[in-house]
Amino acid sequence: MTGGTIFALAGVALIGVGLYRLAVSAGMVRRLVAVNVMSAGVGSVLIASAYRGPDLAPDAVPQAFVLTGIVVIVAMTAVGLVIVRRIDEAEGDGDG
Amino acid sequence: MADPGIDGGGWIAVLVFGPMLAATAAALMPAAARLSGLAGTALTAVAAAGLVLAVANGPVEVVLGGWAPPLGLALRADGLSALMIAMTAGVGLVVGLYADAIFGEGGPRALAARHYWPLWLTLLTGMNALFLSQDVFNLYVAIEIVSLAAVALAALGGGAKALRAAFGYLIAGLAGSALVLLGVDMLYAAHGRVDLAAIAAAEPGMAGLSALLLIVAGLSVKAALFPLHFWMPAAHSGALPPASALLSALVVKAGLYVAIRLWWAAGPELDAAGTLLGATGAAAILWGSVQALRARRLKLLVAYSTVAQVGLIALAFALAGTAGAALAWQGAILLILAHAVAKAAMFLAVGRMADVMGHDRIAGLRRAGPAASPALVAFAIAAISLIGLPPSAGFAGKWMLLKGTLAAEAWVWLGVLTGSTALSAAYLWRVISRGLQAGPVTEERPRGWHRGDLAALGLAGCAIALGLAASAPLGLLEAAPFHAAAHAAPPRIAAEAAPLVTAAEAAPASEPAS
Repeated sequence: MTGGTIFALAGVALIGVGLYRLAVSAGMVRRLVAVNVMSAGVGSVLIASAYRGPDLAPDAVPQAFVLTGIVVIVAMTAVGLVIVRRIDEAEGDGDG
Repeated sequence: MADPGIDGGGWIAVLVFGPMLAATAAALMPAAARLSGLAGTALTAVAAAGLVLAVANGPVEVVLGGWAPPLGLALRADGLSALMIAMTAGVGLVVGLYADAIFGEGGPRALAARHYWPLWLTLLTGMNALFLSQDVFNLYVAIEIVSLAAVALAALGGGAKALRAAFGYLIAGLAGSALVLLGVDMLYAAHGRVDLAAIAAAEPGMAGLSALLLIVAGLSVKAALFPLHFWMPAAHSGALPPASALLSALVVKAGLYVAIRLWWAAGPELDAAGTLLGATGAAAILWGSVQALRARRLKLLVAYSTVAQVGLIALAFALAGTAGAALAWQGAILLILAHAVAKAAMFLAVGRMADVMGHDRIAGLRRAGPAASPALVAFAIAAISLIGLPPSAGFAGKWMLLKGTLAAEAWVWLGVLTGSTALSAAYLWRVISRGLQAGPVTEERPRGWHRGDLAALGLAGCAIALGLAASAPLGLLEAAPFHAAAHAAPPRIAAEAAPLVTAAEAAPASEPAS
């Protein structure tokens, strides 16, 4: 089993774990973390797909996809955390 | 295409960079947010009109920085892009005038104005970029811009309920976008390119097909296609009226638009998945309508109606690859336009009713009083189009879709289509009948018109006018993209579909006489 395959399988496992927690968790921060785990899994699969063998440089295009994906998830997570704080302020308790 | 003044390429630049610069200005200078907002929206509307005129002579393309695909990016507008851009600009302009009217009344909503304009202009930038993109990765980026602005718009208005709905929207959208990104990468792995032309040219294969299916699954979340609509009713009904109108009328169409583009590019590869989308569409019609029949609050009823209407548009995917495909696509695009105009009118009207009554319970409409009458009239006119009664745009779209099911001899979809008309009439009549049962008038009729009522009535009137002038958008589709794309790009469908279409067109030719 090559490093690329292990990386891809780990990514698929992370997607599964993230989706599972997303489906069963009620807490908002937990769900935000679950989506982040899922995105990390997608990123791992993408990085693995850029692998072209031990002697070749990896394909730059999937790596560019991952970078954009990271920008998206960071921005969205930030917005999500702000919304969680606003909900806490509005409801005046520590749900999350 | 070369006008003496500004050519199509110039309009494309204005459509993307105009709202982007205006959004930045509105965010940096909150005191001038209203000015930037109105100016940016009006400028985009002018550019959209210019683009429609330019595209009437053929597609317009701009190769950014002179770098041709696959290395660089091209922004391209054909008839479908131009129609979607015009829809976004037109609906957005009227919704903006409504927003300006209710923000001008002062109170807590005046604070929302500072955030509404930059968010709406960002949304507009993302929508325009989406409709002009020619490769799947660019579409992904544009969809994320749209989602980010849409989540913030759903949260605008402030209460814990709206915030919770916006959070659910954000989470669902993020999960969907992860699937889309995975699909984009698989598409690249399969074809080595991600532009739509490459998908059309590529040999069908399992890897490419599963990539497309992943993207469609991710998009279904964004388009609120049943059963992935779960986040939508709360988000659309909890927001401020102008934000609800934008989310329900325009943002769900972004997902549908990308799905249509993928279907056109991939051709018969996706036909089996089209049947699945049609089936979920039928389930959406049933579920959305039943929930709308049960809803006690006006905004929730209108939001569930969007679930049903998105399902109706999804029926067209089931007809892809059949003899009725051309008619079904035309019908679906007309329905997208019709729903955008009518649903925006309806959310604005419901917002006015709620402002007048102080609540939005359907049972309270009997005591709404004369101040709510203009909004009720706007609601009723918009309902004519949503139900699909002639001569509205909704009727024209349903009629084309119906002819598509006849041409394809798809009797199941024909039944679903007819049933959707009955169901939408039933749930919308709940509102209109309550409004007509008004008690004796005790208060004096307020003098003059509220600008919000005028905006709702204007959009509702457009939904009717668009039906009378339905040949104009159809002509734009005829001139540039759809027929040319479907017949020229993948010759494998054109060869077998063409004789079937003519035969089917000839057969039901006698029916309009009745």
